[in-house]
Amino acid sequence: MLRFALTRALSLTLSLIVASLVIFAVIEVIPGDPAAFMLGLNAAPEAVEALRDDLGLNGSLVSRYLSWITGMMTGDFGVSYTYRVPVSDLVAQRLQVSLPLALYALILSTTIAIPVGLIAAAKRGSVTDYGIMGTTQLGIAVPNFWFAMLLVLVFAVNLRWFSAGGFPGWDAGVMAGLKALTLPAIALALPQASILARVMRSSLLETLHQDYIRTARAKGLSRRQATTRHALRNAMIPVLTIIGLQFSFLLAGAIIIENVFFLPGLGRLIFQGITQRDLVVVESLVMLLVFAVIVVTFLVDIAYAAVDPRLRRKA
Amino acid sequence: MIALEHLSLSIHGTPILDDVSFDMAPGKVFGLVGESGSGKSMTALAIMGLLPRGAETSGRVMLDGGDLSKLRDRDLCAIRGNRIGMIFQEPMTALNPVKTIGEQVAETLLIHTRTSRAEAMKIAAEKLARVGLPQDKFPLGRYPHELSGGQRQRVCIAMAIALHPELLIADEPTTALDVTTQAQILDLLRDLVAEEGMSLLLITHDLAVVSGIADHVAVMQTGKIVEQGETEQLFRHMTHPYTRQLFEASGHQPDRAAPPNNAPMLTVEGAVRDYALPRRALFGPAPTFRAVNGVSFTMNSGESVGLVGESGCGKSTLTRAILGLEPLQGGNIRLFGKDMTPATARDLRARIQVVFQDPYGSFNPRWRVEKLVAEPLHLLPSRPEDWRNRVALSLEEVGLPPDAMQRYPHEFSGGQRQRIAIARALILRPDLIILDEAVSALDVSIRAQILDLLAELQNRLGLAYLFISHDLSVVRTITDRVLVMRAGEIVEQGATEVVFAAPQHDYTRNLIAATPTIPDAWREDIHA
Repeated sequence: MLRFALTRALSLTLSLIVASLVIFAVIEVIPGDPAAFMLGLNAAPEAVEALRDDLGLNGSLVSRYLSWITGMMTGDFGVSYTYRVPVSDLVAQRLQVSLPLALYALILSTTIAIPVGLIAAAKRGSVTDYGIMGTTQLGIAVPNFWFAMLLVLVFAVNLRWFSAGGFPGWDAGVMAGLKALTLPAIALALPQASILARVMRSSLLETLHQDYIRTARAKGLSRRQATTRHALRNAMIPVLTIIGLQFSFLLAGAIIIENVFFLPGLGRLIFQGITQRDLVVVESLVMLLVFAVIVVTFLVDIAYAAVDPRLRRKA
Repeated sequence: MIALEHLSLSIHGTPILDDVSFDMAPGKVFGLVGESGSGKSMTALAIMGLLPRGAETSGRVMLDGGDLSKLRDRDLCAIRGNRIGMIFQEPMTALNPVKTIGEQVAETLLIHTRTSRAEAMKIAAEKLARVGLPQDKFPLGRYPHELSGGQRQRVCIAMAIALHPELLIADEPTTALDVTTQAQILDLLRDLVAEEGMSLLLITHDLAVVSGIADHVAVMQTGKIVEQGETEQLFRHMTHPYTRQLFEASGHQPDRAAPPNNAPMLTVEGAVRDYALPRRALFGPAPTFRAVNGVSFTMNSGESVGLVGESGCGKSTLTRAILGLEPLQGGNIRLFGKDMTPATARDLRARIQVVFQDPYGSFNPRWRVEKLVAEPLHLLPSRPEDWRNRVALSLEEVGLPPDAMQRYPHEFSGGQRQRIAIARALILRPDLIILDEAVSALDVSIRAQILDLLAELQNRLGLAYLFISHDLSVVRTITDRVLVMRAGEIVEQGATEVVFAAPQHDYTRNLIAATPTIPDAWREDIHA
């Protein structure tokens, strides 16, 4: 198991290096001058040259890449051109919103989806099953910004249980922070939970047709015991894959929801970086997100091996 | 004492079982024989109360005076695994892959008795040792994927007998296993019945298997028991025509002409095939597995050669190499003096065709038969104008009507699909057809028909066959020469009758000894 984890970690580190090369190449090497791009069409040549110096664009490719990488490893992501503050400060600030929001949404969607999928599979073909399948279909189809606005209308405008947007910061207290994140988390969790519930249902149905379930029944286990003791763990494997993908998406893909609720998250930071041509921010954030995706992939791999002993020996 | 009394079953209105009655005595083996779809497995599931949805039964399933068919699922749960144990055909998939074998055997004890977990694990260890998996070699913490098929079937048996059931139901327990493993599992079952004094209901399609183990036999056809009785008496007398038909089909000898003494066609010289295994270390060299190790033999045109060996011996790898689908790491394979490799030209490939075990798996389900059968024609420089006529001719040769061309593979039975696969192999008029377990999945009566068809085609068209099978009795009826393969090497080869009558290599002797046969003395009465 330890060996498996180490091998996976090593191969994912390799992916990380390859990804950093690709990002570096796309942003810095490919034709077009980043400094000129950042300053726009009408920039004075002197200003561009000054910015080039500022950004360290006049060094060799290798030294630029190395200083970028070593900088990031020591927590130095460079200084944002538009905000004039270190990118690491910006990221740290935004992560305080995005990471709890992503986790909140993920916990919500998982705790709803797994039991719902299980019930639908157990009552296959019943009214309950059709009801669940219909609801989840709707959950996938409804655009989440529209659902988010609906939540605002009902719970903020009419019922006044929550505020319509904004984030008070964790200094205002954990409960206040969580309260501000509740509506966005629900809006994010709805489509995710709908997908996850459907995956859970079909995975469980497939598992229930396996020969070892028949063996379990022949041993004297009831239908319910066979499901919980033998089918559930096997059915979790595809579900874990989806959970991993969803978390990566939630971390940066919440941009629309962040906008609806005026949340200062990572998604908005990237979006602002792109529109303001702040390549230092974009480059560092993309790398950071790649890193996050790879860490999540690693965790999912470890979870696979924990669930399925067949994977532990292969590496 | 278990008895079925006038058991009938229908599923969603389709009749499956019709008035099935038999008794099983303690300490005895009851063999239930029939072809696929005859209702033998459904009989077992009816006893267990594990019938699929939509099943309606009438009649009684008596266990010590109580009628199981009247019980609710809850009460049946207390009987299954406790008083009735069951094992199934596919040991590879019958165990939960994420639980250890110890946990799975102990579970039987834990759900039926008030045993502590530690005590259950201790009994599980004893039971596993009893079925031939001692703790020093197979600790409780092993997972199913670390065991072979035969070992997994032993785990299933340990699970089923953990609580000394009165009845053990074994549904085709050895069909998926190699012949030597089959012999060991049958021995184990026989010993358990004698020791534990339980009844064994052995369900199989193989008359030879029941003849060697069962005390009583019932023959089933389309949901009815057509004949039953004490084993030797039943085999000697065979009052029902269907029993006789099954019996004759199982030992069927197709009419074959002597092979022409022709020139060599296929030569295999010192063939070596290595597979790369998954890397152990990220940058270390990939370890290799030698699947075929220095194999040499020659085949003449018009000859029929058998290649026998147990699963994993390298038969299929050798086949793919002969077809030129995989490169060799040593030696060579020549067809008419030209090398067969992945780079071989189409005109040479057209002279060799193949039929696989599962025709359904080797057909694209969305293609019509005419397209399926015509597919090898792409090996020709251009598709001939008269391709439809050629397809019709091929289908006619395998005994299918021309209107089959417009239909899809799922519309045919297993035997008919195998005929379509043969038609596909015939369309290019090849010199050699490789039959890779081509009749292994078929019922005995269908198998006899396909063997006749193959013999007739060979006599008429002068085809050569390379007949790959794990079933020695079939190889004996259809081949002139036989090659015995073990662990990538050919350990014995010679004329089929000579090898079977006087095997030289120990391995061949073991294989032949392990093959179940109906005693010759029983056959004499039939033919007399």
